[in-house]
Amino acid sequence: MLALDIRHLNKKYPTFELRDVSFQLEKGYIMGFIGANGAGKTTTIKSILNMLHLDSGEVHILGKNIAEHEIELKQEIGYAFGDIDFYTRSKMKKLTDVIKKFYTNWDDEIYYNYLRRFKLDENKKIVELSTGMKVKYSLALALSHGAKLLILDEPTSGLDPVARDDLLDIFQDLVVDGEISILFSTHITSDLEKCADFITFIENGQIIHSSEKDDFIASYRLLNGSESQLNQVKEQLISYKVNSFGFTGLVRSQDYDPSSGISATMPSLEEIMIYFAKKEDMYV
Amino acid sequence: MNIAISNASEKPIYQQLFEQISAQILKGELEGGYSLPPIRQAAKELRVSIITVKKAWEELERCGLINTITGKGCFVAEFLSEEMGRIREEMVLKQMVNDVSYYKSFGLTIEEVIELLKKAYTV
Repeated sequence: MLALDIRHLNKKYPTFELRDVSFQLEKGYIMGFIGANGAGKTTTIKSILNMLHLDSGEVHILGKNIAEHEIELKQEIGYAFGDIDFYTRSKMKKLTDVIKKFYTNWDDEIYYNYLRRFKLDENKKIVELSTGMKVKYSLALALSHGAKLLILDEPTSGLDPVARDDLLDIFQDLVVDGEISILFSTHITSDLEKCADFITFIENGQIIHSSEKDDFIASYRLLNGSESQLNQVKEQLISYKVNSFGFTGLVRSQDYDPSSGISATMPSLEEIMIYFAKKEDMYV
Repeated sequence: MNIAISNASEKPIYQQLFEQISAQILKGELEGGYSLPPIRQAAKELRVSIITVKKAWEELERCGLINTITGKGCFVAEFLSEEMGRIREEMVLKQMVNDVSYYKSFGLTIEEVIELLKKAYTV
């Protein structure tokens, strides 16, 4: 069963465009949604949540069309945005009391467990919270109403390495039973290298690649060689950097010829992102 | 069962899992009937993705090293020692076919490869 099925989203803005965005997330898995700033991650996430009007395309969540079943589905979705601004002069406790009324499956026990785990004091005002604490607070809210699908926009940015590690632990805890699915966008790709099952990569409003993480990484190679070798393979490279020691460049695995003698390594997710972003620069 | 994952290694993580577990089975360290942890539990504890563990388990099953019993989990297969030898040979051969294609790409003859192999063994 698909937790999330996104088909052919199109949305045109004066200076930016989502073009034919499609990808699927199977139930019970974690998908990382990566892309540079401004690539279209948040726009895509907002379309998933029916928060903007699409020019065309459909979003199905747990088998139902969000445009037709929004209120019902939002009980099943937990979402958190990295930079959400609550009414800042209220205490957390007061805000939670308002928010929880919207959810039929709200569970106080789970909520207080997360507050303890995140070391949040509900008598604090929002204005007194640090960035990381705000992220943790919105996560505690998102996790406390029995959501089956979590959609999180940059949940780990703003958190220190210890808190990020703890959060990834929570993510893996949540998917153990195979009932909950998680989509989270990030540009801290090392987080994904550990726990994500699937990676969807968006660049300039288009999905470049959406697949299992290992297949995603295996479909690229990072080449390292001399300048004369660069000329042999220049045409095949997605993009490259040159310095006085030679070049490094990203290539699709199918375009790489091992007998060329050019050394190749497995790229990291970050390197894949960087070379794709560089490609934009080279041709614009 | 002992597993040490290296994130810095060039080897995909599922491959590392597969190699380490298969070696432990073929050396008899994990006995027939030993129950492997459930996939999702193992993924959480090892801090790797679910699909990574799934792939490793599937590969172990394909090689006849473990059996899946629906609803109960995965268990190390029971086999005779000659069967164990056969599986070990199969696995090594598979790896060798890969390696040999690499040697061939340099145009090495089998004699040259054997000489190099002897050197590599004594390193």
